Amino acid sequence: MTVHASPGRLARGAESAHAVTDRSTLTLAIDNMHCGGCMRSVERAALAVRGVETARASLAAKRLSVTYDAALAGEVDLIAALEQAGFVAAPIEAAKQDRDTARQKYLLRRVAVAGFAAMNIMLLSIAVWSGEGGDMDPALASMFRWLSALIALPTVAYAGQPFFVSALGALKGRRLNMDVPISLAVVLATGMSLYQTMVGSGQVYFDAAVSLLFFLLVGRFLDESLRVRARSEAQNLLSLQGGIATLIETDGARRRVAAHALRPGDRLLVATGERVAADGVILAGKSEIDQSLITGETAPVAAAPGAEIYAGTLNLGQPLEVEVTAGDDATLLAEIGRLMLAAEQGKARYRRLADRAAAIYAPAVHGLGLATFLGWMLAGASWQTALTYAIAVLIITCPCALALAVPAVQIAAASRLFRKGIMVKAADGLERIAEADMVVFDKTGTLTIGKPQLLDAETTPDAVLASAAGLAAASRHPYARAIVAAAERRLGKVVASSGIEEAPGEGLKRSAGDDIERLGSASWCGLEAGGEGSEVWYRWSHDAPVRFCFADRVRSDAGEVVAALKRQGYEIALLSGDSKGVVETIAEDAGIARWRAELKPADKIAWLEARAREGRKVLMAGDGLNDAPALAAAHASISPASAADISQRAADFVFQGEKLAPVLEAIAIARRARRMALQNFTIAFLYNIVCVPLAMAGFVTPLIAAIVMSTSSILVTANALRLAGRPPL
Amino acid sequence: MTALAWLVPAALFLGGLGLAAFLWALRSGQFEDLEGAAYRALEDDPPEEDQGPAPK
Repeated sequence: MTVHASPGRLARGAESAHAVTDRSTLTLAIDNMHCGGCMRSVERAALAVRGVETARASLAAKRLSVTYDAALAGEVDLIAALEQAGFVAAPIEAAKQDRDTARQKYLLRRVAVAGFAAMNIMLLSIAVWSGEGGDMDPALASMFRWLSALIALPTVAYAGQPFFVSALGALKGRRLNMDVPISLAVVLATGMSLYQTMVGSGQVYFDAAVSLLFFLLVGRFLDESLRVRARSEAQNLLSLQGGIATLIETDGARRRVAAHALRPGDRLLVATGERVAADGVILAGKSEIDQSLITGETAPVAAAPGAEIYAGTLNLGQPLEVEVTAGDDATLLAEIGRLMLAAEQGKARYRRLADRAAAIYAPAVHGLGLATFLGWMLAGASWQTALTYAIAVLIITCPCALALAVPAVQIAAASRLFRKGIMVKAADGLERIAEADMVVFDKTGTLTIGKPQLLDAETTPDAVLASAAGLAAASRHPYARAIVAAAERRLGKVVASSGIEEAPGEGLKRSAGDDIERLGSASWCGLEAGGEGSEVWYRWSHDAPVRFCFADRVRSDAGEVVAALKRQGYEIALLSGDSKGVVETIAEDAGIARWRAELKPADKIAWLEARAREGRKVLMAGDGLNDAPALAAAHASISPASAADISQRAADFVFQGEKLAPVLEAIAIARRARRMALQNFTIAFLYNIVCVPLAMAGFVTPLIAAIVMSTSSILVTANALRLAGRPPL
Repeated sequence: MTALAWLVPAALFLGGLGLAAFLWALRSGQFEDLEGAAYRALEDDPPEEDQGPAPK
């Protein structure tokens, strides 16, 4: 099994024998590239790899694009080179990303063209309209109208495409969407104006049609930008967690490969502190495994040859040799994935605010337009006049506020959350989280930090803690790290003692003259077999051993966040797969009265579904693999950045940091965004109430229609941007 | 009045030039990495040969 980067332009130099190049392109997600200096180092490191031709990093996207000669270099060389320079990199499936940016550029080009055309046509029309009835030469007015037509026709044909395509799609499916009235208004206004220009009448609306397109396209583009950024962030996250693995070849050679390329039967080397890349069976080595991502249990599990080991778990002890039994798609993850998919079906039925408004709005717009036309025909007006008024109604009612204000509000809210370390992953997540009336937490890793903490650190004498920490600093075991963390809090910097030996699964020891210093399990320190699992003993020579106990601790602000949520009227619940006693303690610590313990993933879904049937809208906060289906099933969901990748994939929001406060923050900003969207609907509605009757009565000239429409668009956008503090783009 | 005969086309041409410049910039990837570009301006090294479209 090998990993081949797909050969790019293979055939290009095939004939000229001296230039047979096998050029490939590759996009890598770079995890920790934060500044211009990092960007430069990343590019330098990549260019230093033999065979690399170009390397260009994008700081905004946290990605690196490379073209290289596949005969000389490979994906793995690049990843290794970047690793050496201190950057974590992982390959990204570039096809989807390309589609996203292509769509973004497609819209931006049309925004530019429509903007250019709108400005020029407006310039010409203002001259014509202000000269009307005055001393303007009719021949000149006619020339200006023809000029407008000349600019407008190609613009409408080009910039209107996104709307026409979508409207046609909807009509084919016998549905009405917002793009149907938009397309109708634009096409009718343009066609009508062209006719009027030919017969030399003054009722020409090119300005209105084109500026309408311009504002709508701006809204579309903002909406698309938000989705693309959310998608690309999520993609980076997933690729990086997939990571790379060390493969042992049949001849014993070791090679770094991308985790997704592993197949059953491959032999893997899992180094100390590395995540296992695939499900497998241990062939050699003895160690301890942190399975918290899978089971939610923080206490490490012993691992010996023959034991099964799961993807996503962390090797804490000695290096392990693992035979892969299930690759990328066939792991334990797949089972969870199926549950998740089923749960997501329910969420797919969610209809966004703008869509719901459109469902009422679109038929109303068509109805009013038709009524105006028929009314004027019946009143004895010519068909041109009747159609003119009907178009004015269509333009006036055009849903600029809906199409522009909602995306503007959302992008402002998302960029504000982003600056606070909260990533909006689902485009409609903001709307859904704002509707929640109940918050459900998972225990391990969500309400708690998910890492064991040293208990009663205060009662341990300084000297003992310092020597224990000196030993512990040499190990990556979570308990050892907890000791070091506690010592650093109390005594400052901890330096590892020298001459430490680690016996995997048992403990650490150090000889100092005749004395031996030990840190580890009870038996390691010469005691009878210890009682509970979550303890470590320290013993200096033949002195009495000292016991350290560990437990996972609730996040420092969990109590405050729960109390704040309660004050805001949310009902709070705690769902956990852990045992009753533990869950009860944590629930009490955090001040949660309603809790359920010993739940399997399917039980969590059932519980959430029962709440949904009661009409509750639940925000689920969880991190474990076992939470992923529940995250997908809940009305809205949020996950810490330390969560299992599949949970992050399922969640609508991902937050960073040790605190729980981002949950509050996300809810607050989402609710504010919702309020603003509703405000904007109100502005749009009021404007329609005033203008539609005027337009139906035939009082609104096309110029006024266009100006009023633009003003309302700018007004709602400005209102939306208040949320961001500074412009979001 | 004859002034308009060349003023209007001139205005359109200049506007079109702006549009063309924007479309060119978009095509050549000038908007791909707005954050990184700020740092690249401060870079002392001579620019790379490849200043065209960002490789995909």
